Amino acid sequence: MAKKTVLYDEHVNLGAKIVEFAGYLMPIQYAGIMQEHRRVRTTVGIFDVSHMGEFLFSGSGAEDFLQKMTVNNVKKLTVGQVQYSVLCYDDGGIVDDLLLYRYDDHFMMVVNASNLQKDWDWLAEHKPAGVNMKNISDATTLLAVQGPKSRELLQKLTDTDLSVIKFYHFTHGAVNGAQMTISRTGYTGELGFELYMDNQYGVKLWQTILSTGKGYEIEPVGLGARDTLRLEMKYCLYGNDIDQTTNPLEAGLGWITKLKKGDFIGRDVLLKVKEEELKRKLIGFQMNSRAFPRHEYPIFKNGREIGMVTSGTFSPMLNAGIGIGYVETRFADVGATFGVKIRKNLETATVVETPFYKPDN
Amino acid sequence: MDIPEDLQYTEEHEWVLTEDNTAAIGITDFAQGELGDVVFIEMPQVGDLVQQMEPFGTIEAVKTVADLFAPVSGEVVELNTLLEDSPNLINEDPYGEGWIIKIKFSDAAELENLLSADDYKNLVQ
Repeated sequence: MAKKTVLYDEHVNLGAKIVEFAGYLMPIQYAGIMQEHRRVRTTVGIFDVSHMGEFLFSGSGAEDFLQKMTVNNVKKLTVGQVQYSVLCYDDGGIVDDLLLYRYDDHFMMVVNASNLQKDWDWLAEHKPAGVNMKNISDATTLLAVQGPKSRELLQKLTDTDLSVIKFYHFTHGAVNGAQMTISRTGYTGELGFELYMDNQYGVKLWQTILSTGKGYEIEPVGLGARDTLRLEMKYCLYGNDIDQTTNPLEAGLGWITKLKKGDFIGRDVLLKVKEEELKRKLIGFQMNSRAFPRHEYPIFKNGREIGMVTSGTFSPMLNAGIGIGYVETRFADVGATFGVKIRKNLETATVVETPFYKPDN
Repeated sequence: MDIPEDLQYTEEHEWVLTEDNTAAIGITDFAQGELGDVVFIEMPQVGDLVQQMEPFGTIEAVKTVADLFAPVSGEVVELNTLLEDSPNLINEDPYGEGWIIKIKFSDAAELENLLSADDYKNLVQ
């Protein structure tokens, strides 16, 4: 039996098309992916992403534990800051990607809904005495308010000065009278905020943001546009672009993989991977014709398969087919061309700079 | 969901409007709703021969791709060239401006294999 977020009835009443995703009945679209996508790029959209998982870590050993489990440097994470990171297996494969929040006396880890149980088990298996773990996912509503007008809109609902919250930082404050974590993060590339709150505040805040946002033509945005928005930024999606068979270095996540920070799970293998040259790299490419790459389409060069598409879509902003995929390193430079096998045809694509689309914020 | 009475349908969600020995073909309102925003139609060429219930093209939406199946066998005689620049006509007007191709059919008996509006209604409800 699929779970519902507290906003399920709101989605149905707004005419959303509902699909099951990661065990939840979630809105895939309301007015349509293209319209919702452009809404976020031009003014503001609101997403219910309450299916995401939230774990709390406390106790004297929490920092050391998270330093050992994640690849980024937790000791560099200050109170009020957010860090993008991944959990690795011993062989360097990725368990999940995540956000880590440092509060005064505890940490919060935000994980993918589809990996929640796997992540919990992996963490619990390694947890030493002196660390407490708590899963608050079912009690937590997460709303993402994203777009160039997101700050102006939310400022109408809170006394907390949102202009001082820097990218990848957060604060605790009241929005519409309810206490919550106000985080300047998102999965769209636009100016935006993610609001973590107790379930009891979810419906009221969702409705208030939608009504307050009318002047900005706010629209609810589903998981469909969430995917096209993140793809235009080349943000990784676990299960498509990264998984247990890919390591963070080849996935272009070297910038969060702090090999010099000391021991962590996966480090030995990743050090070796770094010494030798990467065999393949995750690159972004644009189709040269009106063709659309999709997950698992093979990539060819000179008659030989050199890689695979991991995510692909029509890009509403570029009005073209774009994709992300792994290719052998020597074909990974910007400007390189290759063929993507789309049904019976090889369609030409060119490796391009990413993000594909650059929001001005 | 709109299912006009005067059309015939396939189980693959195409509609057919016959006039003399020509069949105009498109996809149903249900199908466009399931696909979402259509961004490209890969069509055959005028003069190509198609076989009943064999794929004759593909329809690309933002998030997914689907085959188009020929409701009748015959020769492609006309393409809706408006769809090249405005594929969204399929979403906006699936039974009108969003028609896809016209086929001169070779065997009128094949029309008996198609679904009536009532049959199609039962299929998608």
